[in-house]
Amino acid sequence: MNQTFTIDGRTIPFAEGQTIIQAATLAGVFIPHLCYHPDFKPHGSCKLCTVKVNGRHTAACTMRASAGMVVESDTEEINGERRALTQMLFVEGNHFCPSCEVSGNCQLQATAYHLGMMSPHYDHFFPNRAVDASHPEFLLDFNRCILCSLCVRASRDVDGKNVFALSGRGIATHLIVNAKSGQLGDTDFTPADKAAQVCPVGVILRKRRGFAVPIGERTYDRKSIGETVEIRRESPA
Amino acid sequence: MKHWQGVFVPLNELHAGAVAGIVDRVVARYRRDPTCIVQILREVQEACDWIPPEAIDRMQATLGVPRTKIEGVAGFYSFFYTRPRGRYRVLFSDNITDRMLGSKALMDRLCNNLWIERGKVSEDGLVSVGQTACTGMCDQGPALLVNNYAVAGLTAARIDEIAELIRTKVPLAEWPAEYFRIEDNIRRADILLATDLKAGDAIKAAVARAPGEEQTASNMRSWREGLPAGLSGPIAMLDEIRRANLRGRGGAGFTTALKWDACRNAQLKAGQQRVVVCNADEGEPGTFKDRVLLARYADLVFEGMTVAAYAVGARRGFLYLRGEYRYLLDHLNAVLAHRRREKLLGSDILGIPVADFDIEIHVGAGAYVCGEESALIESLEGKRGTPRNRPPFPVTNGYLDQPTIVNNVETFAAAALIALNGGDWYAGIGTRHSAGTKILSVSGDCERPGLYEYPFGVSVRQVLADCGARDTQAVQVSGPSGICVAPAEFDRTIGFEDIPTAGAFTVFDNSRDMFEVARNYVHFFQHESCGFCTPCRVGTSLLRNLMDKLHNGHGSPYDFAEIQKLNQLLQSMSHCGLGHTACNPVLDTIAKFRPAYDRRMEHDDFSPAFDLDRALAPARQMTGRDDAAAHIIAGNSGEGA
Repeated sequence: MNQTFTIDGRTIPFAEGQTIIQAATLAGVFIPHLCYHPDFKPHGSCKLCTVKVNGRHTAACTMRASAGMVVESDTEEINGERRALTQMLFVEGNHFCPSCEVSGNCQLQATAYHLGMMSPHYDHFFPNRAVDASHPEFLLDFNRCILCSLCVRASRDVDGKNVFALSGRGIATHLIVNAKSGQLGDTDFTPADKAAQVCPVGVILRKRRGFAVPIGERTYDRKSIGETVEIRRESPA
Repeated sequence: MKHWQGVFVPLNELHAGAVAGIVDRVVARYRRDPTCIVQILREVQEACDWIPPEAIDRMQATLGVPRTKIEGVAGFYSFFYTRPRGRYRVLFSDNITDRMLGSKALMDRLCNNLWIERGKVSEDGLVSVGQTACTGMCDQGPALLVNNYAVAGLTAARIDEIAELIRTKVPLAEWPAEYFRIEDNIRRADILLATDLKAGDAIKAAVARAPGEEQTASNMRSWREGLPAGLSGPIAMLDEIRRANLRGRGGAGFTTALKWDACRNAQLKAGQQRVVVCNADEGEPGTFKDRVLLARYADLVFEGMTVAAYAVGARRGFLYLRGEYRYLLDHLNAVLAHRRREKLLGSDILGIPVADFDIEIHVGAGAYVCGEESALIESLEGKRGTPRNRPPFPVTNGYLDQPTIVNNVETFAAAALIALNGGDWYAGIGTRHSAGTKILSVSGDCERPGLYEYPFGVSVRQVLADCGARDTQAVQVSGPSGICVAPAEFDRTIGFEDIPTAGAFTVFDNSRDMFEVARNYVHFFQHESCGFCTPCRVGTSLLRNLMDKLHNGHGSPYDFAEIQKLNQLLQSMSHCGLGHTACNPVLDTIAKFRPAYDRRMEHDDFSPAFDLDRALAPARQMTGRDDAAAHIIAGNSGEGA
C-alpha cells in the first residue's frame, strides 16, 4: 500500500489491482454507486460511480487505480451528472417512496437525497410491470428494478443457481427468473440465498416482514448514505 | 431458391416431441457447444418459426445451461421470437432512405391487403408485419425482410403479389427467385472493387516475402504458435501492413498494424489460441459496402483474414455476418468449402506444416450494438451483445479470453491486396494520413446510388457530382453516428484528416425535412441501445420523446436546452460509442439546419408533451369514431407518428 493517487485533492493509498472505488472506500471516501457491491465482480452499468480521471469520465468501479492518478469525484459537475442519472432511474421505473416498505433502506432513495435530487425532472415512463407473489416467502416487485444485476451475480456466482437474469434489450430490458412459468415460486430460490440479501432497492421483498423497523429508524434515516461508506442494509432475512 | 430445405409445419401442430427433435439435430450440429447459443436459436427458429418454450426446455437439457441464460440471449436480439410471430414474418427496413422511397405507404398497403395491424400477428397466426432498422439495401430500397431473407426494390405491384403469396400460403422457397435478387450497383471501382486477385495469390505472396535484417530481429522477440520456428514471413507481412499505413475501415480508423502486433505479442495461457474475427455486422444505417464485398469478393475477404492469421499466428477465424445478410450464408459457406479443397484453409495451408487456420460463420440476429467489437465477441460466445468493460481489450482478452483481432470486412480485403502488392504500393494511394481507398455506400437523393470506391481525399462535392445528386441540402456521412455535412462544407474531403467514415454517404435534397431525418436516426438509436448502462438505456428514450414532442408541435426553447443537456450526459457517462454518438444527428442538424427546428418551436415557453386529444386516439380507434365530437379541440386530428 505504498502507492497513492488523489481524489479531489485527498491522497488515497492503494494496493496493486484495486479499483478506484475499492481504494476510496477503504480510505473512507464515498463515491455514489448502485450496481457496485464490494462482494461481487464489478459490473459498471449504473454509471453512478463515474469520476473524472485525468480529465476523462470513467466508472470508478471498473477502473483500476494507478499511481499518481488525479481523480475528481465530489464536484458540482459530476454530482449534477449523477443526479441526472438518478432521475433517469426514477422515471424509468415506478418508484413511489412513501408507500414502499424499503423506504429508508433503499440505496436509490438514499442516493437521490445524497445528491440533492428535488424532483424527477423528466416525464415518468410509467411502465407496465407485473408483481410476482408466487413464492411462499418472497415477493418480487419489478416496478422498482433498476437493472443493477446484483441479484443476478449473487445467484450465479455465490448461490450457484442462476435464479435471476436480464432479458430484453434497451428500454425493454427486464429481470427474469429461472422457471418456464416465469414465476419465482417455480424456482429453487430460498431465504438463505445471497441473492435474497443484495437488492439495493425494493424488488426482492421478504413476505410478512414489511415495516419490521419503523420508518424514521432505518439505515438512511439515521445517516446519509454518504456517511455510510461501508453500506450495510438492515438484513431482511 | 434452395435455402429452405426444412418443411413448414404450422406452429400449432408442432408438439413438444417434434420441437425436441429439431433442437437435438441443431444442437448436435453445433457440437453441444453453449457458445453457439445464438446460432442454435437462429436455426431452431428457422425450423419452428419461433422459439417455443419447449425448445428452450430441450436446449437447457442438452446444452446444460440455465433457462435464464437462454431466455436472456433470446430476449436480446430483435430477430428472435419467444412468442409466435406467424409463418411469414415481414419486417420493413425503416432507414430514412426507405422512408424517402415510400416504404411507409407500402407497409400500410401490405397491412391493408392482409387485413392486419402493424406489429401484430394475424388472427390465424399466419403473418406479422413490422419494422426493423436499416437492412443495408439503401441503394435499392424500399426493402423488407421476410423470415430474415431480403427483398429489395419494392413496388406497390410487388407488395400486392407478396400479399397474395402469403394469403395462399406459398412456401417462401417457392416464391419467385427474382424477388430475392440483390444488385451490386458498383458505380466506381478502384483497387478493391476492380481486383482480379486469384484465390491464394495473396497468401502465397505473404509467405514468399523475404524478411530483412531488422525484421528477423523483431521476430526473435515474440513467440508464435502454429507456425514453424524461424519462419519470418509473418513478421515481414506485418511490416508490410505497417508500411501500408492501413487503418481500420469500420469507422474508428485504428492503425491495423498496431492491433495485429498487439495480438501477436499477447501472452497465451495454456490451451489458448489467437483468433481472427471479421466484423460483417454492417449495421450503420446507410452502409452496404460489406454486403457487396461478401457477395462478390468473398475470396478477397477470406484471403485477407488468412493473411492476418498468418501474421498474428491465429488458428481460428470467425466471420460475424449480420442477420440481415442471412441470404449470403450459403454462398459464403460454399466459398469457404472451396478454399478448404484448394488448401487455402484448414490444416497445413499451402503445404506449410502446422499452418492451420479455418473460418466459421456466425450469423447475428438483429442487434446494431454487436458491431462494437467487444459486444460482437460476447455475441460470438453465445451471450447478450453487451459491450464489455475495457480494458482489457480484445487484442489480449477477446474471444473466450483469447487474444483476438476484430477488423472490418473492407480492412481484410485491403490487407489481402497489401499482401500481394506490398505496403509501399498501398501507402502511395490516397493521402498522407489516409492511405488507400475507401468504398462509399451512396444512397438517397441521387440518380445513381450504389458503391463508389475512391482513393482517400475525394471531396464531398466530387462524390455528389459523380452520383448525379442535384439541389443537395445535406449529406450524412458515416450514418447517424457520423456527421451531417451542409453545402458550405462540400469541399471537405473523405479521410481521417477531415471526415472519417465507415462508408455511408446519404444524400438529401432540398425537398427533405432535416428534422425528420434526425428524428428517424434518434428512433434508431433508441431501438438499438443495448440497455446495459443507465445513460444510454434511459437517455435515448428521453431523446426520442423530446424529438417526438417537437414533431407533435409542443416544442419550445426549453426542449432545446434539454437536448443539449442529454447530449452532454450521454457523451460523458455512456458505456460505449452508441451512447456517445446518439445525440450527434440532432446536434448537427440543430447547428446546420436550424430553420427545420424553428418551424417546430410553436411555443416560447415550456409546453408539456402530454396532449389530451392525442391521448384519446386509442379510444377513437376502438370506437371507430373520428368526428369533431370525438376530439377535445374540434378540427385537431393530427395523430402524429
